[in-house]
Amino acid sequence: MARVQVHLWSGLRRLTDGAEAVEVEATTVGEALDGLIAAHPGLEPLIEAGVSVVVDGEMTTSRHQKIGPENEVYLMQRLKGG
Amino acid sequence: MAKDEFKEFKLVGTRPDRPDGLDKVTGRARYGADISAPGMLWGAVVRSPHAHARIVKIDASKALAMDGVKAVVTRADFPTGLTGDAWNLQENTMAGERALYDGHAVAAVAAISKTLAEDAARLVEVEYEILPHVTDVDEAMAEGAPVIREGAADATVPEGMHPNVVKYMEFGRGDIEAGFAEADLVKEHTFKTEAAHQGYIEPHACLGQLGEDGKGEMWVCTQGQWYIRKMCADVLGLDGAQLRVTPSEIGGGFGGKTTIFMEPLPLALSKKTGGRPVKIVMSRSEVLRATGPTASASMDVKIGMKKDGTITAGRAEFRMQGGAFPGAPVDMALYCAFAGYNVPNLEHVGYDVLANRPKCAAYRAPGSPMAAFAVESLVDELCRELGLDPLEVRMKNAVKSGDQASYGPKFGSIGLVETLEATVAHPNLQAELGPNQGRGVAVGYWFNHSGETSVSMAISEDGTAQVSVGTPDIGGSRASIALMTAETLGIPYEDVRVNVVETGALGVNEPTHGSRATFASGKAAVEAARQAIGEMCRRAAKEWGIEPEAVEWVDGAAQPAGPNAGEFPPMTIAEIAGKMGSTGGPISGHHESVPEGVGASFGAHVVDVEVDPETGRTTILRYLVVQDAGRAIHPAYVEGQYQGGAAQGIGWALNEEYIYDDQGRLQNPVFLDYRVPVASDLPMIDTVIVEVPNPGHPYGVRGVGETGITPPLPAIANAIQDAVGVRVRQLPISPPRLLAALKAKG
Repeated sequence: MARVQVHLWSGLRRLTDGAEAVEVEATTVGEALDGLIAAHPGLEPLIEAGVSVVVDGEMTTSRHQKIGPENEVYLMQRLKGG
Repeated sequence: MAKDEFKEFKLVGTRPDRPDGLDKVTGRARYGADISAPGMLWGAVVRSPHAHARIVKIDASKALAMDGVKAVVTRADFPTGLTGDAWNLQENTMAGERALYDGHAVAAVAAISKTLAEDAARLVEVEYEILPHVTDVDEAMAEGAPVIREGAADATVPEGMHPNVVKYMEFGRGDIEAGFAEADLVKEHTFKTEAAHQGYIEPHACLGQLGEDGKGEMWVCTQGQWYIRKMCADVLGLDGAQLRVTPSEIGGGFGGKTTIFMEPLPLALSKKTGGRPVKIVMSRSEVLRATGPTASASMDVKIGMKKDGTITAGRAEFRMQGGAFPGAPVDMALYCAFAGYNVPNLEHVGYDVLANRPKCAAYRAPGSPMAAFAVESLVDELCRELGLDPLEVRMKNAVKSGDQASYGPKFGSIGLVETLEATVAHPNLQAELGPNQGRGVAVGYWFNHSGETSVSMAISEDGTAQVSVGTPDIGGSRASIALMTAETLGIPYEDVRVNVVETGALGVNEPTHGSRATFASGKAAVEAARQAIGEMCRRAAKEWGIEPEAVEWVDGAAQPAGPNAGEFPPMTIAEIAGKMGSTGGPISGHHESVPEGVGASFGAHVVDVEVDPETGRTTILRYLVVQDAGRAIHPAYVEGQYQGGAAQGIGWALNEEYIYDDQGRLQNPVFLDYRVPVASDLPMIDTVIVEVPNPGHPYGVRGVGETGITPPLPAIANAIQDAVGVRVRQLPISPPRLLAALKAKG
């Protein structure tokens, strides 16, 4: 399984031992989220409450979306709108 | 400015009559309050007159003794044990141990008439123990502030912060101090915006029926029937599938009808009366006291700029209160704050803070207008001090496709540069200004959104088409979806009817929010139409005895794809549909997904104002909205969205505010005192539709509903500064506030 870097917002540093980007073993968005929780359990309530994942500038909600080391992956607060 | 590749469209980009127009002008359209049922009762809500109070006792005996009063519900009638968002929704629907704001519901009554229900509500005796309150965001997070709710903070809040801080966030990039050191001018100021209500014309209205068997129905004015279903089911402990929710026509929402306020109460009252339908229609006063405005904000912004206009660094610290529950849009505000600028060094800090005010709801680009007010005002101040043209500075720092956004990821295809170019070219920029007149510019941003989407399309026997969507039409989505469906099928616009359907008819749909309906439901409708086209091509192929792959769909008819496929005259959609019963049965298409490919949207506004130095009144002389639509499916509706966003922004900038007395009671809960703009306050708002197609949508749609409310707040503040040399950093810039600023200037 490939290692993927997931960028977090820096307010989460206190939950990730100071890291703003975390490398996880993942081939899909879902595996990346699960990997984040496994590495840093403090993230679980925030991820479970709903986050947005942006892959190469594209918002995705699919846990099944394929990702790899070549992708830029950002975790963001859940976006909606009015 | 349409791109060449779109010129072949026959319908997309035209302006046919709106499908709901006749119903609306003749009064036939059925809004929430228009729905009635046999045996219906009326509900009325008892609301707290206190900003913060412990509920000692509720005595409904006098109310229940009245002839015609059928039921009273209090929190004791609701299930217990809820957590998280479900608990927040339940607590806001009906107060538990404490009333948390002026207007918080504490009981509800059902009776045989509206008047009787209201009279009975007044007879419900509630004993309160008044508690200290706080309504200002800065005061709410200060040491010693009354605690709204212990333990409400999520895991992001560091230890040591006031319990009213329920969410904290920070993010950034580069070296912020080095960035400021690099600048020729650094400015830092605090900006404040008041809560503003969405101001929809139609108050919340709901008819609900719930039997002892847990089966229920609702007819409700909402932006999202599935959200309403889930929220009501959560609050009342029901199975979602047993609740059938039908959306009414909607008289405006702007985000405020994506959630529940009183909607579970008709169901709760109905259940207590043995299943009689109960209707509640909120008064305007109830709407303003007890439904979501947007948050109020207090914002510190610091920006560094070089003499040539290059922005070297930016820092934003935003504090927002969204009422007595978590949910102020501080995260979105921070994401949008510097979104239009390519700045290497950035720092963002945000606090979501509880206060004794109504639970905020989304309002058009939630958070972005406040962020724009702070950042775009300060950019304007820097431009003025350095003698730079504000539009040139924005162009110099503008983000482009592929740039790293201020909030992290790369931008996809965006059209800020094209938007600024169209702005500079507009003749309004050349209009001469007189004494006490000034011009202001600002840019704004919104992400736009997709979400869970399910659409069905059925071909009728005569070759016309019905599309079932789950996104209520609040801005023209029925017309635009009909246009895209007709364009795809190759049939006239008038041959397509788009219906907004109830929760039993489709899979789960997110509400119409995030400017998503034309993007997401439209994209799904196109996919559904393509599916039906595939089936119609297969049926034609069978008739002709050729392979389906040898059939293509052109101008509403199947035809052989080339000379090798055979010589057959085109078979029209009407011909195929007319035989559907004997060629395989109904022909339909269906698509469900979370459509990907959302396209973000930038806008630029230019406003000319005149200030009356004797009264402080600001008159809008001319107003220009330039915005990237991706592709305007129905340009008249797109222009309407641009104008509507500007109109609401003008109100927020100049007049709208929540005024609380020292007891925390809202002093202006009617439209006479909560002053939204009226026609005489507004000039004709000029619009330019920029079209940088979104590659993620079959017709290039980005979504246009929200960006338009973002730039008006700073654009007007900047124009006022240009007119009279006074910088006002707190909204609204109402006549008294501006007059005081003019007097202080001397």
